[in-house]
Amino acid sequence: MVLIDLHVNGRVFHIDTDPATPLLYVLRNQLALNGPRYGCGLQQCGACMVLIDGRAEPGCMLPVQAVKNKKIVTLEGLANSNNHLHPVQEAFVQEQAAQCGYCLNGMVISAVSLLDQHPNPDDATIRAGLQRCLCRCGTQSRIMKAVKLAAAKMK
Amino acid sequence: MHTSRRDFIRSTGCLTIGFCLGKWSLAESVPFAQELPSGLRMNDRINAWLEVLADGRVRVFTGKLELGQGIRTAIAQVAAEELDLEMQQVEVKLVETGITPNEGYTAGSASIENSAMSVRYAAAAARQKLMEMASQKLGIPPAQLQMMHGVISPLAGGRSVNFAELLNGQQLTDEVRQPVPLKPKDQYRLVGKAIPRDDIGRMVLGEPVYVQDLRFPGMVHARIVHPPNYQAKLLQFDEASIRKRFPGLLKIVVNGSFLGVIAADEYKTMQAQQALQQNARWSAPDKLLSLNGPSLIDHIISLPTKTEQVHKKGTIDGNAGMTLQARYFKPYIMHGSIGPSCAVALYDKDTLHVWSHSQGVYPLRDVLATLVGLPADNVHVTGVPGSGCYGHNGADDVAAEAALLARAYPGKHIRLQWSREDEHCWEPYGSAMIMDTSARLDSNGKITDWKYELWSDTHGTRPGGNVANLLPAHFLEKPFPGKVSGFSGGAYRNAQPYYKIPNQDVQVHFFNGPLRVSSLRGLGAYANIFAIESFMDELAEKAGKDPYQFRIEHLEDERAREVISRLRGMVQELPGTGAGIAFSRYKNAASYCAVAARVRVDMKKRSVQVEKMWAVIDAGETINTDGLKNQTEGGMVQSASWTILEEVKFDQLHITSRNWDSYPIFRFQQVPEVEVTIIDRPKEEALGAGEAAQGPAAAAIANAVYRACGKRIRHLPLVIPIT
Ligand code: FES
Ligand code: FES
Repeated sequence: MVLIDLHVNGRVFHIDTDPATPLLYVLRNQLALNGPRYGCGLQQCGACMVLIDGRAEPGCMLPVQAVKNKKIVTLEGLANSNNHLHPVQEAFVQEQAAQCGYCLNGMVISAVSLLDQHPNPDDATIRAGLQRCLCRCGTQSRIMKAVKLAAAKMK
Repeated sequence: MHTSRRDFIRSTGCLTIGFCLGKWSLAESVPFAQELPSGLRMNDRINAWLEVLADGRVRVFTGKLELGQGIRTAIAQVAAEELDLEMQQVEVKLVETGITPNEGYTAGSASIENSAMSVRYAAAAARQKLMEMASQKLGIPPAQLQMMHGVISPLAGGRSVNFAELLNGQQLTDEVRQPVPLKPKDQYRLVGKAIPRDDIGRMVLGEPVYVQDLRFPGMVHARIVHPPNYQAKLLQFDEASIRKRFPGLLKIVVNGSFLGVIAADEYKTMQAQQALQQNARWSAPDKLLSLNGPSLIDHIISLPTKTEQVHKKGTIDGNAGMTLQARYFKPYIMHGSIGPSCAVALYDKDTLHVWSHSQGVYPLRDVLATLVGLPADNVHVTGVPGSGCYGHNGADDVAAEAALLARAYPGKHIRLQWSREDEHCWEPYGSAMIMDTSARLDSNGKITDWKYELWSDTHGTRPGGNVANLLPAHFLEKPFPGKVSGFSGGAYRNAQPYYKIPNQDVQVHFFNGPLRVSSLRGLGAYANIFAIESFMDELAEKAGKDPYQFRIEHLEDERAREVISRLRGMVQELPGTGAGIAFSRYKNAASYCAVAARVRVDMKKRSVQVEKMWAVIDAGETINTDGLKNQTEGGMVQSASWTILEEVKFDQLHITSRNWDSYPIFRFQQVPEVEVTIIDRPKEEALGAGEAAQGPAAAAIANAVYRACGKRIRHLPLVIPIT
């Protein structure tokens, strides 16, 4: 066990942990965050996405020690302090872009990262940007609409 | 709450409910249904279904679970409608033993037909009773009162009273008896509208929603070390070396071949699970047959079967004189929930508490009691949403395993999370099926004879009533005797064509296949409709008719004809693509759904891109139009993924489809655009719709592929053959 300083959602946490623990479990179990979810543990589904220095990355295989100097943002960290939703979150609600919603974290986080790099994405760019995230409920068409709506909101 | 709710089913005498309707009169109210919904007949008190809270809001109880289908919102809508409340004034309590009515399973697209309709009648009865009470309290006849947002007030103005004041901490215990006057549908403000779900707002904020998010003080984590295949038995493992490597383990639970680890830290349980997987020795299994695709078909045909006549009409003598014959095949398919199954269990003071995303919380309670040797009253199961399940996945099994761990390690909440591999390898799949069809056309292009033979394993091994259906029941030192048993009727769901055909012979041959199987969205309907609707296209071509017209000519039901003709107006064909259609009425009794697909086939790469799919759906009275759209869109996309990509593979040892690389499903670049039109019929009965698109979507794609490249593909997944 070692003490690690982790920078999450604008705060620094001192965490006592096995440094090999994947980031996902530290976020869920030690910081009690629900945004990043366990889906496969194999970097195949995107349920566990977090922003690491602004880029969407799966956290399920990433040892926590590898991100101790990085800025991590989870779904919980997207809204501002007054719970004012990020435009991507707002767009997902407006488009009702979920069924069970289990995949939604990965979708929202990936969309934030995507729109940061491509403020005006076309369909192909959105598909490519979300390709790592699986949705079994088949909500992808709504998710694509939500990403487009978010892009318009962020103009 | 637990004890105070226990009496909702107990008879406390019946108050007669008068006919005071307030804002509307009995005369303009809708005609009474002959029969109350079955759930309501079994739980006939108003307070079984709803309570007034101290702040005047209403809590509605459902025996169903939210699975992403939006049932929570639909139920809130019907309650808010009858009681003239705002949506925010209604909260919905999902299934929990001892608290909510026992409504069996959340399955078969039946939650609207049953639960929502029970709530509708209970809320209407509550309205009547509340009006009557307000009339007495205010000394004003009910006809001169109005109800709005939880307040009852005189039409002429003056003192008003709210629900909480009227009840003063009591609840409405009257029986709901016919006639219950329902609100006239032309006065609806909420039902039939696209009311947004409020849980999506919580989801985007990362608020706790799922069973996976439950956290209790002192909660510990667990993993199960599953055998390397279906039959292996645990011979031995080196406990000392595991304990030495992982000093913090709280418990290693061993019971026969059931092997689990418990630790305070989740990552430690995962490491210990891995170490045990390498360390444990298991008996060599009987060999599974390594059969995929065509060899699996031959194998199934060679198995002993039990045959049932599903339907017979007119006369058919063998296959002589048939115009066309074809064999279709559907492989094993998995549910593939994105979140693997999970449960929390606590054994404390003689009571086992379990939190589960099972589709059947009450039936699960009863088998858990048998599994752990407790009276059913000492088992308390709370339904908590999980990842979408689309049928019977690992939810019940993980709950059973957590229960066994809790019995072995009492006093702590134990959270058991299945891994991706656990879910992929151990969930009960949707059965492989073979469909043989043949038919005769007369000189006018009408089908006169229809013969259909189907081979299938069971489509329902839910645990209800049979503890042997729970996965760990077989691992225990004293395994539960008895074979896995199930509901066989699911195999021939939609096996009978909905078309007018004078001579019909429909048979099913049940086999016991090599893999664990149970209910997957639509049960047999997916494969049966795939076969029937592909065959209808083959027959239409033979008859020289257009596929829309050919179907319409064989349909007598006006609503069926309408979904097909409306679809024709939506489909846009493009050069270089092919478009195909299909139709079904789910269960031949629920929603009508016609689907079209446009595909692009690349013969060189042998790939099929589904570009766009359209659906027209008639689910009778629509409660939430956006919910119905969402379900239908998702159903088409999921079915397209099954149809184009999916097949559970196995070798002689075990399942080899162990993760999303070895069992791929659609990713964004494969997903079609989707468009859904709803035909709302407020005067008709509300019909189940969540599974309506699965079958027609598959056939529409196969028919489109044929149009695009001239290849008729009858075996799923749909692979373009080498030419
Ligand atoms: S859980 Fe990390 S990618 Fe699936
Ligand atoms: S909404 Fe259920 S997995 Fe995407």
